[in-house]
Amino acid sequence: MKILYEKTLTGGGMWSQTIGRGKVLRLTDLEGGANLSTLLYNAAEPIERYNMPDTLKGQHTFQLTAGHCLHSDMGRLFCSLIHDTAGWHDTVCGCTDAALVAEKYGTSTYQEARNDFYRNARENFLIELAKHGLGKRDIVPNLNLFSKVVADEAGKLSYVPGASPAGAVLELRFEMDTLVVLTACQHPLDPAMIYAPKPVQLSVYAAPPITPDDTCLHSCPENERAYQNTSDYYALRS
Amino acid sequence: MITESTLDPAAAVYRKVIAAGEHWVHLVKAGQHFRILDLEGNQAADTLFYNAHEPEDRYAADVTIRRQGGLYLTTGTVLRSTGGTALLTIVADTCGRHDTLGGACSRESNTMRYALEKEPMHACRDIFLCGIHEWGHGLGKRDITNNINFFMNVPVTPEGKLTFADGISAPGRYVEMRAECDVIALISNCPQLNNPCNAYNPTPVEVFLWD
Repeated sequence: MKILYEKTLTGGGMWSQTIGRGKVLRLTDLEGGANLSTLLYNAAEPIERYNMPDTLKGQHTFQLTAGHCLHSDMGRLFCSLIHDTAGWHDTVCGCTDAALVAEKYGTSTYQEARNDFYRNARENFLIELAKHGLGKRDIVPNLNLFSKVVADEAGKLSYVPGASPAGAVLELRFEMDTLVVLTACQHPLDPAMIYAPKPVQLSVYAAPPITPDDTCLHSCPENERAYQNTSDYYALRS
Repeated sequence: MITESTLDPAAAVYRKVIAAGEHWVHLVKAGQHFRILDLEGNQAADTLFYNAHEPEDRYAADVTIRRQGGLYLTTGTVLRSTGGTALLTIVADTCGRHDTLGGACSRESNTMRYALEKEPMHACRDIFLCGIHEWGHGLGKRDITNNINFFMNVPVTPEGKLTFADGISAPGRYVEMRAECDVIALISNCPQLNNPCNAYNPTPVEVFLWD
């Protein structure tokens, strides 16, 4: 299996590229404890974007792991989580912003710290989105890959430190040509009071052909129908 | 947390009944109290809010959840925007908890959730678009984001599952909010017939404004 592309996203770094359908993005939490705030858009029509409620209620889940798919707001699938050794990914807590970073970690500017200055995910998202002509109206609740957050019976949330071990791997197989927007900033509920975002390795390879017993696409009837919608979309476009 | 309001509907400066399947869009001024009344019980009122002076600064389910450290909305919840602004505070709630994970139905998501043939059924995200078009000011689909579902109950388990429990609302229950700044309120009174969010019988809700 030939690696087509590889890059290490630094802690606090950002990245946005279109990944074509039929490609796998392998994400590796190199040191353990990474958080990858993620947004997804239809590369051809970015007004179609990742939708947290459709993803969760369609699959009757709060936790995201292997076997789940990430849904767009148009009844289609951006990608399937085909492999996951971390076990749990969050999608309800949003991302860090300037106010949160200042309150938790203090301030650290370029003048003082050069390229180690404190970044925040919201600002990073806005920078990357701008390069594709997108902006504030295009930011919706994001994914936080490699982070585990659990709810108790009263809905109180707790971030679980150490849930993603060093070397944890998550693979996303793209079912649509997707504009993938990533920033490796800490989870907003991470209790650690030190600014220390971790790096994530990105690797892309061509997916093996989808088989009739594909775990993700047949994990529930909802994913089957969303995949049908996705196939219809490309049948019309091609 | 169940809390009653002291405000009298007879003193409201505005009131309107919103039929199921309809939108409602209105300015709520800073300091006003805004109440949504579940007239017949277990009716999902899908609701969005925008900073009236800067609509890009709009209700954010994730910011609201993260800032309060909890999933469910009730008395004391501050409804926050993408920029962290306090838009409204829930000051009274006789239902007990409201959802902001379940989102709004759409014709597209109905094909995913139920059946491809159910595409023609009326759905909230089309209704939201009608409301946002009525408001105008250049707003459109990019401004329709993940909403609140007042009166809806979607419990999350500690094991990470989402369950679809029976509604906990009842006829006459209400939720009341104080606007912390001028906001645009947009409601789609949900027409969904395929799941129990409206107890399979979409009914009207009533809204009130007090100065």
